[in-house]
Amino acid sequence: MEKSMRDAFGEAMLELAEKNERVFGLTADLSSSVRLEAFGEKFTNRFFNVGVAEANLIGVSVGLALEGFIPFAASFAVFLPGRCFDQIRVSVCQNKANVKLVGSHAGLSNYGDGATAQSVCDLALMRALPEMKIICPADANQVKKAVFAAAKIEGPVYLRLSRAETPVFTNEKDLFSFGKAEVLRKGKKLTIISCGSLVYNCLKVGEQLDAEVINLHTLKPFDRETILNSAKKTGKVLSVEEHSIFGGLGSAVAEALAQDPVPLKMMGIADSFGQSARSYSELLERYGLTSEDIAREAKSL
Amino acid sequence: MVPLTLPELEKTALKIRRHVIEMIHAAGSGHPGGSLSATDILVSLYFGNILKFDHRNPKAEKRDRFILSYGHVAPAYYAVLAEMGVFNEDLLLNLRSLDSSLQGHPSKVHADFVETSTGSLGQGLSVGAGMALALKSKKAKEKVVVLSSDGEQNEGSHWEAVMFAGHHSLGNLNLIIDQNCMQVGGMTTEVLNLEPLAEKYHASGWDVYQTDGHDFRRLLTSLSNFNNKGNKPRVVIARTIRGKGVSFMEGNEKYHACTLSEEECKRALNELVKG
Repeated sequence: MEKSMRDAFGEAMLELAEKNERVFGLTADLSSSVRLEAFGEKFTNRFFNVGVAEANLIGVSVGLALEGFIPFAASFAVFLPGRCFDQIRVSVCQNKANVKLVGSHAGLSNYGDGATAQSVCDLALMRALPEMKIICPADANQVKKAVFAAAKIEGPVYLRLSRAETPVFTNEKDLFSFGKAEVLRKGKKLTIISCGSLVYNCLKVGEQLDAEVINLHTLKPFDRETILNSAKKTGKVLSVEEHSIFGGLGSAVAEALAQDPVPLKMMGIADSFGQSARSYSELLERYGLTSEDIAREAKSL
Repeated sequence: MVPLTLPELEKTALKIRRHVIEMIHAAGSGHPGGSLSATDILVSLYFGNILKFDHRNPKAEKRDRFILSYGHVAPAYYAVLAEMGVFNEDLLLNLRSLDSSLQGHPSKVHADFVETSTGSLGQGLSVGAGMALALKSKKAKEKVVVLSSDGEQNEGSHWEAVMFAGHHSLGNLNLIIDQNCMQVGGMTTEVLNLEPLAEKYHASGWDVYQTDGHDFRRLLTSLSNFNNKGNKPRVVIARTIRGKGVSFMEGNEKYHACTLSEEECKRALNELVKG
């Protein structure tokens, strides 16, 4: 079964707002794209489309948060965090404001629109910010849990979502442990670490090659212990992400391994922007992130 | 608190200006020009009873929310709060020192009395608009007051918030513009002309008042329009003089951000002795 994370986000928000009356939903004129239309119709007093104005989207959300509400501000990841980094740096993080930032259409998942709409630097931006916590769910099931977890966390959270219809492979009933790297498969030959929908491809490769596969759904805080334990056990690490190889998941892993060296190969988007394509898979092929690519790199380690 | 009389306000403002000079001298850096142009506005807000504010409980739920959007004039703001009794006056000379609650720009993480961290221009009105929405949603009677500068009017994000406040009829949102007609690069008319400023706010659904930002009688008359009611946000455009009160600083672009030497400090304090 395949499902888009944004659909899961819209459903989770309806359920969350039903249970928690402090939850607000805000967007910068992308209600339908981030699946907040139903939320807006149901919770008319707790929904704001601020217009095409991402900087103000952040400021208004911060104001609501400082008064005790829990605003979820959603847009495309290229705009949020991309366009309003300074508002996030100062008004969100330097206030420790309880704002949940939702960057949808992350990575290459907005395949048709091309480079301006494809977010391959957002993790680097958010990782550098003190106070920020980052969740990158692996599938639609995990999105729902991440939304509820984010609402419980006091302080800024960045939630990274994909637009694409991607495999639903995590168990609906499994617990989501925020901050804890999830070992999806035990293995001996190498460790493959990923986040987002590419975790599925990694899992397939892991089964072929007896690799340990880790879903690093929480990028920050970084679960150093689980990563280092696995790396030391297998002796080789492959990181895979739909993000620039600079500043994202691979970099986080490298920062940890540099102090306790284990060979690491980083897979991601090599210092370039994306481009238009007729399908998502075409882009994953072009940028070398298919299961075949992952298997090849894993074998070459 | 009983609002101060006009002579008392003058006397208080003089004291605040002395603090500003001493603080920036002690800190070794700061923004005297804007701090001095903002002083009378800040004194009016706090000592003219425009803001509902209890110095013994600055974070009381039933307080008006005040945001110093152009955070670099923090010395004047801190001096007013000390004079109100929020903290001891002795602390003022800790401005910009390590671990001080009196950071170079207001920081919520370092100082609990700050509503929101500011200093990066163009963010205060958005946060104020969010607070205004929140207060309306809670059916609270308090109002939000944001103090901005004319230089800050250059920021596109500020105008996103102006449109938002007008569109959402935020009658509990109030803005003051400290219009000293100067910014870092020179006169505002030369860097990026704002005029017709009042008309821009009018066109965005705001009520607009214009006043002299150094005449307490006129300033208080304009600021007394601030409230939490109606369906229009309101702005007071207050004409001011950068460096007001110190002859060699008035209208002098050198004193936007600078250090103040012993000699400059002494000369300034000598001028700030009587109203």
